[in-house]
Amino acid sequence: MAITRRRMLVSGSATLLALGFPGHLWADDITAAQAIAAFANGAEITPGGVILTMEPVAEDGFRVPIRVAAEGAEALLIVAPENPVKPIALARFGPRAVEQQLATRIRLARTQEVLALARMPDGTVRQVAQAVDVVVGGCGA
Amino acid sequence: MAAGVKSRVKLPQVAAAGEVITIKTLITHRMESGQRRHEAGAVIPRSIIHRFVCAFEGETVVDIEVHPGVSTNPFFEFRARVIESGVFRFTWYDDDGAVYTDSKAITVT
Repeated sequence: MAITRRRMLVSGSATLLALGFPGHLWADDITAAQAIAAFANGAEITPGGVILTMEPVAEDGFRVPIRVAAEGAEALLIVAPENPVKPIALARFGPRAVEQQLATRIRLARTQEVLALARMPDGTVRQVAQAVDVVVGGCGA
Repeated sequence: MAAGVKSRVKLPQVAAAGEVITIKTLITHRMESGQRRHEAGAVIPRSIIHRFVCAFEGETVVDIEVHPGVSTNPFFEFRARVIESGVFRFTWYDDDGAVYTDSKAITVT
C-alpha cells in the first residue's frame, strides 16, 4: 500500500486517538446536551436523587460556591448551559471515596439553571437543576 | 504557568479507623479560560488545570476532569474513609504539561 499524503494524515490522526490524546483539548465547544449524553451513556435520566447546594443569588459570577452530593455515585457532573464552555467538572470516584460529593467554586457567565448529574454504579443517571441569579457575570467563564 | 504555583491541602493528621474525613485542596492558578480577549481583540489562549487526582496508597479517592468554568485558584473538597495509616497523594495536571504534586500522611489510631 503506497503511503500517500492523505493516508499519512489519516493514520497520523488515528495514532493520536489511539494514544489517548487528551480529549479535553477539543471538548470546550460541546453543547450541554452532548456533555450530558456522554455522561449518561445511553441511560434514561431521572430527576432528583442528587443534592445540589448553591445560593440562589450569586453576587460574583467569578467565584460561585457549589456542592454536589449523591451517596454511592460513581461519578458526578456539573453543567452550566449558559456558559461559553458548558461542562464545568466531572468527578469520578474511586474505592476510597465515601459520601460521594464534591464542593468547588465555579464561574457563571450569566443567570441560569445549573445542572448536577450523578451516575450510579448500576448505570442509572440522576439529575437536578438549580436556578442561580448572577449579579456580576463571570464573563469569559 | 509553572512558576509560582502553590498547593494547599487540609486533612486531619490523625483519625480513628473507619473514620470519614473531609479533604480540602487548593492550588494557585489563574485558570485562563480561553474565552477572554486582549484589548486588541486577540483571544487569550486557554491555560488551565485540566485534571486533579487524589489517591490514597495508590487507590483513587477522586479523579476530576476540570473545565474552564472552575474558578481561579481551583478549590476541591470531598470525603474519604480511612482504614489504615498511609499517605494521600494529590496531583494537578496543567494544560502546559506541568504536573504539580502534594502529599499528606494520616495516622490511624
